[in-house]
Amino acid sequence: MTDKLTRRQVAWRLAQDIEDGNYVNLGIGMPELVANYIPDGREIVFHSENGILGMGPEPRANEVDYDLINAGKKPVTMLPGGAFFHHADSFGMIRGGHIDICVLGAFQISAKGDLANWSTGRPDAVPAVGGAMDLAVGARKVLVMTDHNTKRGDFKIVDECTYPLTGPGVVNTVYTDIAVIDISDSGPVVREKVAGISFYELQARTGTVLAGADTCRELSAPDVG
Amino acid sequence: MIDKTIDTLTEAVSVIEDGAVVLISGFGESGNPTELAHALIDHGARDLTLVNNNAGNGHVGLAALLESGQVRKIICSFPRSSHSEVFDTMYREGRIELEVVPQGTLAERIRSAGAGIGGFYTRTTIGTPLAEGKERRIYNGDEYVLEDPLHADVALVKAELADRWGNLTYRLAARNFGPIMCTAARTTIVQARQIVDLGEIPPEQVVTPGIYVDRIVEVANPASEREMIEQDIRYPAGGVQ
Repeated sequence: MTDKLTRRQVAWRLAQDIEDGNYVNLGIGMPELVANYIPDGREIVFHSENGILGMGPEPRANEVDYDLINAGKKPVTMLPGGAFFHHADSFGMIRGGHIDICVLGAFQISAKGDLANWSTGRPDAVPAVGGAMDLAVGARKVLVMTDHNTKRGDFKIVDECTYPLTGPGVVNTVYTDIAVIDISDSGPVVREKVAGISFYELQARTGTVLAGADTCRELSAPDVG
Repeated sequence: MIDKTIDTLTEAVSVIEDGAVVLISGFGESGNPTELAHALIDHGARDLTLVNNNAGNGHVGLAALLESGQVRKIICSFPRSSHSEVFDTMYREGRIELEVVPQGTLAERIRSAGAGIGGFYTRTTIGTPLAEGKERRIYNGDEYVLEDPLHADVALVKAELADRWGNLTYRLAARNFGPIMCTAARTTIVQARQIVDLGEIPPEQVVTPGIYVDRIVEVANPASEREMIEQDIRYPAGGVQ
């Protein structure tokens, strides 16, 4: 039994690393949880690829408007100060380096920071890339939020991605249910790991060599569900 | 006198020819010109290439247009969705061609076409299978890939307000692809929730200037794609014969 984090706790942990004033794009699915855990006192502007800055939380049932949705096509709200703009401007912001942080999910992350998150490459799969490739190359920092291993127990952090890449060498930090791992120029360095597993066990669950055994701190998060 | 308004959806889409490349505005269900898509089904032009961010939902709008058999190819960034069964089935059965383009590249290809740009280099797709076979160039030490403009014969766009000159506003985030699509087609056909008198849209609030718009039809109460899907509504009613 390890004291691994829930998905909400991973979102909480990642949110602590978003700084006051950051412009942030949250990917579809798990990354959307991050918006719930921004520390008090930090003003963050959320960007949505479909042309929104200043996106607010989920609306109350009587305020749902399907002309106001996020990248995952879910209804959202606008905060005072928000703005709408067209798609070419939205992706100009992304590619042009104006987005401080994007948070993406991943199938695989390589030791060099390659990201694979759009296709399993299976012949029967319908390919769908959306905005992930633009975000991967354009955001100043790419933070990945993922389970450390697949449901089958396969490695997700690996020497080389076997799935088609979303972007090469783009990932800065990986936040998993058991560790926070920075992708440095010399490879992955564990910044934090949960207390319940040894560095040796963490290494055994990772498909590439990890550094940081002597310097990593404890990864923990409050009970946020 | 300039008057781009047209009385009926039927007349608005009557200029669409077989083999046309058709831009369709919208992201998910926000900004989709559902009534224009249905009018295009009734019009019957075939062998179409459609461009949209997605590939339709349920059996209405864009999905109904695919299901009608009038579409040869779709260019989009994200064909999968929780209700994309029409596209999914046609794709697996080899009945429709798919070109997947990263969303930002799709938007910029459309913008370039409308702005007279012959192509552009982007870092997006470098190192991925989608960059294969494309011309490369190095700028400031980074590798970029060449992308072509995406010109269209027709754009079908949903707007909020329009005037007879074709000036447009959009509602909330339903703006998305609308403004750039209006610029990139030889004929831009707009369904607006309300056609207002010239001058009623303050000049500083015009999002798409009328120069980009050719035909406007008022659709005062556009259908909700979500509600139609929930009620299992199909277009045409009873399904495609």
